[in-house]
Amino acid sequence: MKRFVPPLLATILLSTVSALAQPKTVTIAVVNNPDMLELKKLSAKFEEKNPDIKLNWVIVEENILRQRVTTDVSQGSGQFDIVYVGLYDTPIFAKRGWLRPFENLPSDYDLDDVFKSIRDGLSYDGKLYALPFYGESSMLMYRKDLFDAKGLKMPDQPKYEDIAKFAEALTDKAKGQYGITLRGQPGWGENMAFLDTLLNTFGATWFDEKWHPTIDSPEWKKGIGYYIDLMKKAGPPGATSNGFNENLTLMTSGKAAMWIDATVAGGMLENPKQSEVAGKMGYAPSPIEATPNGSHWLWSWAMGIPVKAKEPEAAQKFAAWATSKDYIKLVADDLGWPQVPPGTRKSTYDNPEYQKAPFAAATLQAMQTADPTNPCIKKVPYTGVQFVGIPEFQSIGTVVGQNIAGALAGKMSIDQALKASQSAAERAIAQGGYQK
Amino acid sequence: MNSRLISKWLVTILGWVVGILFFYPIFWMAITAFKTEKGAYSPDLFFIPTLESFADVFARSNYFQFALNSILISFGSTILCFILAIPGAYRMAFYPTQKSQSTLLWMLSTKMMPAVGVLIPIYILWQRMGLLDSIPGLIIIFTLINLPIAVWMSYTYFCEVPKGILEAGRIDGADVWKELWYLLRPMTLPGLSSTGLILIIFAWNEAFWSINLSSAKAAPLTVFIASYSSPEGLFWAKLSAASFLAVAPIMVLGWLTQKQLVRGLTFGAVK
Amino acid sequence: MSVQAPDQAVALATPVQKVDPAEKLRRWLMAPSFIPLLLWMIVPLAMTIYFSFMRYNLLNPANTGFAWFDNYAFLAGDASFVPAIINTVIFIGAILIITVVAGILLAVLYDQEFFGKNVAMLLVIAPFFVMPTVSALIWKNMIMHPVYGLVSLGLQRLGLAPIDWFADYPLLSVIIIVAWEWTPFSFLILVTALKSLDQEQKEAAAIDGAGPFKQFWYIVLPHLEKAIGVVVMIETIFLLSIFAEIYTTTSGGPGNATTTLAWLVYALGLQQFDAGIAAAGGILAVILANIVAFFLVRMLAKNLSQSA
Repeated sequence: MKRFVPPLLATILLSTVSALAQPKTVTIAVVNNPDMLELKKLSAKFEEKNPDIKLNWVIVEENILRQRVTTDVSQGSGQFDIVYVGLYDTPIFAKRGWLRPFENLPSDYDLDDVFKSIRDGLSYDGKLYALPFYGESSMLMYRKDLFDAKGLKMPDQPKYEDIAKFAEALTDKAKGQYGITLRGQPGWGENMAFLDTLLNTFGATWFDEKWHPTIDSPEWKKGIGYYIDLMKKAGPPGATSNGFNENLTLMTSGKAAMWIDATVAGGMLENPKQSEVAGKMGYAPSPIEATPNGSHWLWSWAMGIPVKAKEPEAAQKFAAWATSKDYIKLVADDLGWPQVPPGTRKSTYDNPEYQKAPFAAATLQAMQTADPTNPCIKKVPYTGVQFVGIPEFQSIGTVVGQNIAGALAGKMSIDQALKASQSAAERAIAQGGYQK
Repeated sequence: MNSRLISKWLVTILGWVVGILFFYPIFWMAITAFKTEKGAYSPDLFFIPTLESFADVFARSNYFQFALNSILISFGSTILCFILAIPGAYRMAFYPTQKSQSTLLWMLSTKMMPAVGVLIPIYILWQRMGLLDSIPGLIIIFTLINLPIAVWMSYTYFCEVPKGILEAGRIDGADVWKELWYLLRPMTLPGLSSTGLILIIFAWNEAFWSINLSSAKAAPLTVFIASYSSPEGLFWAKLSAASFLAVAPIMVLGWLTQKQLVRGLTFGAVK
Repeated sequence: MSVQAPDQAVALATPVQKVDPAEKLRRWLMAPSFIPLLLWMIVPLAMTIYFSFMRYNLLNPANTGFAWFDNYAFLAGDASFVPAIINTVIFIGAILIITVVAGILLAVLYDQEFFGKNVAMLLVIAPFFVMPTVSALIWKNMIMHPVYGLVSLGLQRLGLAPIDWFADYPLLSVIIIVAWEWTPFSFLILVTALKSLDQEQKEAAAIDGAGPFKQFWYIVLPHLEKAIGVVVMIETIFLLSIFAEIYTTTSGGPGNATTTLAWLVYALGLQQFDAGIAAAGGILAVILANIVAFFLVRMLAKNLSQSA
């Protein structure tokens, strides 16, 4: 018996010690975005500095992420310690009390450095519920070389009527050259994200102050009519299946002359490893028409901590690190300044190294002027430039997107598409109990 | 004879042309895996191959962990399916009752509920039972969704067995176990092998449930693939590389089972 | 040998009052598959039915209470509801026809011996191994894309205009993709079934002067009936809830050209985390599936009664 005691004691001691030394595991759910993948790579440095924290990554595509995160957060299943949330979800989650507010940030965090529009978008009732990792707006990207060749000049603030002229001049379908490419794939975050900005600037709204949908309005008709006309004359075929990626490919392979989409595309277009048109691009603000309101969108991917997270303090530590100025500098050292996570901090844009990137100035201007609280020419009961901040919008947006794609493909007339969209929105909004 | 030779050649050519046509998209994906992101969309058949995309894939995620999970879940659920299905299939094929036909149909009908409709109740249930993000949790789900297929197909193959042989065996004094092992097994092995292969493939490719009920620990290759299609960013070469890695194990398995199938078949041509 | 009905079928004709002990034991053989499926069916089904009568949106938990038939009315009253059902039926019908016909032809082709047959067979089966999302992406971006897809490149070389598959022929495009994925399945089952066909029967018929076509029609095809039945039943069940391919390519559009019932449930329910609508949609889908199965069973009834 005596022989067993020392080994037994040793085992007990060892297992207790190892149990105490168990690192805290922080599970993070992210989108498979190049910036976040870089974060995963560089997070090894965080783990070095914090040996008691181990990071566990779950990387999925955006729509799947949203589904997983929403189910987890709303059910409180505690599967994730950090979730990536956007400007759309954060206020909705925060209102239900599903996210932990960020308090007691490190002293050198410099919250004021973060763009106010994003900070406000991620807050609810005065408290901040997510730390922004990256931000984007939308802008116009064009082939400066093609413009110069035809003697065209892009005005400082282009209007949509200018765009139509440029596009037609630059189109040569026989040679496979298209004047412009725009999103066409149906989805509330796909074609509707862009179309919403176009519609806003044409003076349209989704709902009036009493929450009646206003989709069958003349402004909608004008805006959608313009879009379809432009795509027919100067756009590539297959537009209804073109989302961001397909359009990016069209641009990087040199087939399109203009593109209005997310500011993050700038980094991709200027990356010679990925793009044949690096160095040939020009960047301008997103076009306007009747009003500058809502002409370009505001989006941010931010890190939120669910209330039921298992390791909230460790999670907060990591989130603060990942969104700090130091982290941005780390990325700059690794990949170069043009590839740092854009659109969150003013200090990034004050940095002369970053200013060298051709898209920096246009991005900065877009980020500072995007205002989700005032997206339309008229007063509206909702916030959000390229979305309406209510849960039902995901479905409404997709159905409307489907109808507009149908009109683009010539399967139905614009009037039919708008009428169908109007009734779909009316049903959905009534179902959601918004009209009192 | 001349016409026999010609028809033999025709069959060979046709067999190969059809095979190549079917395989072409996959072949294309496979070679794209060896291209760079920039050149991923070019139609060139000849290019300088690079392992850059594979390197990216391995750097981004722990492929082997995902692959191991896929193997455990697919094989685990298939084995469980067989254990549960074969007794019932045996019973319905050899000792059918009036209820057998409707039972079979009822079993198949349990698959009629589209997953999108029943996701949230199942998610809540799994959460309460602590089965989220666990290998057993996924094995259970996959077994349940594949069980009707297992029963139906085993039943069909059992029905193919000529009753006379079993009767003869019983008269010769063979008990149930001998009957199963020496008589039933060789005759149904090819059919059951292809059933097994199909069940494994269904489980391997089942994306909806695996993505929604797992996150980090138990995630199989379907989740791995899902991380490569992004709405924002070029991914084509990497996705091809990832798909290549995800499909390779199952292709190898298919090749191995193919031989087993053929071998069993030449024995199994019943006279 | 052809399929014979087990001798016990005769016993059904006589009214049996007493159950012999062996039969009682045998009944328990059903338990392992029966009981789990029963639980699997009842518990989620009960929950789904319950949810379908509730107003339950994950994102809007304040808005709860009994919705009674509101969810159903919302779904059924949607402009895309009837088109969705029609699309679903067309979709399933087309795929069944294509995969069964192609499967039979391929099975006959690969039943014969030729050089490298095993490799060629593996090539044909390969599409079945690939994940649906990946298949859809390959077809959408590599093959069918009007600007840089392979088909369009081929057409351009021939001097023809590229086809915008997903805009002009959306349902057909999705059908092509899914048929490509599922033909290997049908082929695998049918070619295995062909292996059990007695060569002697065919040789006897040949001696009697029957050409290959008559042999095919009168001997091969009837032998395959059962296997075709299996293929049709299994494929129908799976095709009813096909989702990934539509999601990746057309997202239900343009308009509602590729909106099937499964897509509609997603778009109106799951996408906005409305468990109530999603559940109601699930129940409606089950009802539709049962109707389809009813007709299928009647068509295949004689096959099943041969074995039962």
